[in-house]
Amino acid sequence: MEVALPRPRAAREPFLTRSLDNERLLAAILLAPAVLILAVFIAYPFVMGVWLSLSSTSVGNPGEFVGLKNFLKAWDDSIFRTAFGNTFFYTFWATVFKLSLGMWVALLLNRHFRGKRLVRAAMLLPFIIPTVLSTFAWRWMFDPTFSVLNWTLYKAGLIATKLPFLSDSTWAMWCAISINTWRGMPFFAITLLAGLQTINPDLHEAASLDGANAWRRFWHVTWPLLKPVTLVVVVFSVIQTFSDFQLIYVLTGGGPANSTHLVATYAYQIGVGAGLLGEGAAISLFMLPVLFFVVWMQLRYLRRLEGA
Amino acid sequence: MIRSIKTRRQAVLVVCYGVIAVFMVFFLFPPYWMALTSFKTNQEIESLKGIPFLIQQGATLKHYQDLFTKTDFLIYLKNTAIITTLVTILSLVISVLAAYSLSRLGFIGAGILGTGVFLTYLVPDTLLFIPFFKIIGWLGLLNSKWSLLLVFPTAIVPFCTWILIGYFASIPRELDEAALVDGANHLQMLLRIFLPVAVPGLVAATMFAFTISWAGFLYPMAFIFSNEEQLLTVGTVTTLIKGDVYHWGGLMAGALLACLPPVLLYAFLMDYYISGLTSGSTKA
Repeated sequence: MEVALPRPRAAREPFLTRSLDNERLLAAILLAPAVLILAVFIAYPFVMGVWLSLSSTSVGNPGEFVGLKNFLKAWDDSIFRTAFGNTFFYTFWATVFKLSLGMWVALLLNRHFRGKRLVRAAMLLPFIIPTVLSTFAWRWMFDPTFSVLNWTLYKAGLIATKLPFLSDSTWAMWCAISINTWRGMPFFAITLLAGLQTINPDLHEAASLDGANAWRRFWHVTWPLLKPVTLVVVVFSVIQTFSDFQLIYVLTGGGPANSTHLVATYAYQIGVGAGLLGEGAAISLFMLPVLFFVVWMQLRYLRRLEGA
Repeated sequence: MIRSIKTRRQAVLVVCYGVIAVFMVFFLFPPYWMALTSFKTNQEIESLKGIPFLIQQGATLKHYQDLFTKTDFLIYLKNTAIITTLVTILSLVISVLAAYSLSRLGFIGAGILGTGVFLTYLVPDTLLFIPFFKIIGWLGLLNSKWSLLLVFPTAIVPFCTWILIGYFASIPRELDEAALVDGANHLQMLLRIFLPVAVPGLVAATMFAFTISWAGFLYPMAFIFSNEEQLLTVGTVTTLIKGDVYHWGGLMAGALLACLPPVLLYAFLMDYYISGLTSGSTKA
């Protein structure tokens, strides 16, 4: 969107040539802290993580090169396999719920009604409260003896015995997915709502004059315009859910009997808990191909959008 | 005909209100439960009689009192406040400089670097904490809160830079050419033109930095072992538990106090944050 304004050229040339070299230097200087922090604290640790994963390093022991032994060992480990499967399961269902419920809330909030600001503020609370702390409140709600949810369901006559929220592995996984949905849905709703508000209402009016029902209006008018924003939110969410640590660590610690571990919590247990840095690094690197694939898909899509 | 459309509209509205009410209960019950528990006496928390949704045996501030007098809560609070403030300032300065440079100074490969910034945001802390553990060890910063000044910005700078680039790029180039011709230098341009325009972006970036740093869990959990150095999140959920006994009243009181600063911040600046975030993410 650059518009070249006609200017007296003679007055501009010397200034431009003079400042060009200067500007390059300045740009480099301004960029240096960010590059430094990215290089020293992201790129270097990343390379080092790869190296660690190929070594037998543990706390207090420098270790030696062992090739792919750590990766093979992890793959043969039944707890790791459970954790790996759990990570996909957890990410898939949490994302499905966050997207569908978030879309629903966004569509509801896209109308004018009284108390809209209040609803929006309340909705942001799960997003604002640090995950660790809200997960602790949820854990208290799932308490084996004093669970307020069990109390309510029991008094309502819906259950006869207590539900084993965190003591059964299947239940515990679904509890974690619910909390993740509770926490992540507001971000979906807010972002999708912002996307919805950029859509011209005339389009909807035209479609409804043409006899399109609500569902067809959503599918043919809203969704195509909302797709780019949705994709960005989904990718962010998938990456954060796939690499989640806090929620499971606080809620179940990977239990009962190591059945709800995610890759990240298991990597922590092996790497920092047991001090086997090499093995822990190898386990956490199993996340990389998936994350890489997700980011690659998104970049490809964004390029296509830019090209269009 | 007109009347039937009107009644249908009203029915739809009622259904919408109903659905919204259900969502509100879902969103608000956990924080409500957290607050409620923190004001209940231990007897009431551990009683299975009565309605748990209300305080029936009298509210108490004992859990808060205990928190301040019998635990290290105040130390955690102080540590978190110091680290969050410093990390936020540090990250913002780095991000503003980087965003200015990337959006304006015609630096070669700015596009590639921009993508790089975006990509590095996608390398999560759960992939980096084990190598960091070694690096922090080499630097002799294990079990020191200052280690967090080095690691927290890695999760913050890329995203903040990305938000700010969006704002800086919206400033027409004619404006800075005019300023340069008028004899302004880059610093003056940054302070007088760029930063005022990017105020919503700066607020969003500050809030993002504050939130990430205040809520940080994995790094302090992995690098810090002693109470004197520990932060609020880890301190509240790990050291307030004595053995296998959960003092839910005290834990919920700690959690409530720990989440108050971010909640207050958002209460006042929510609109800025939303506009900052969404204009960043829709520009991609």
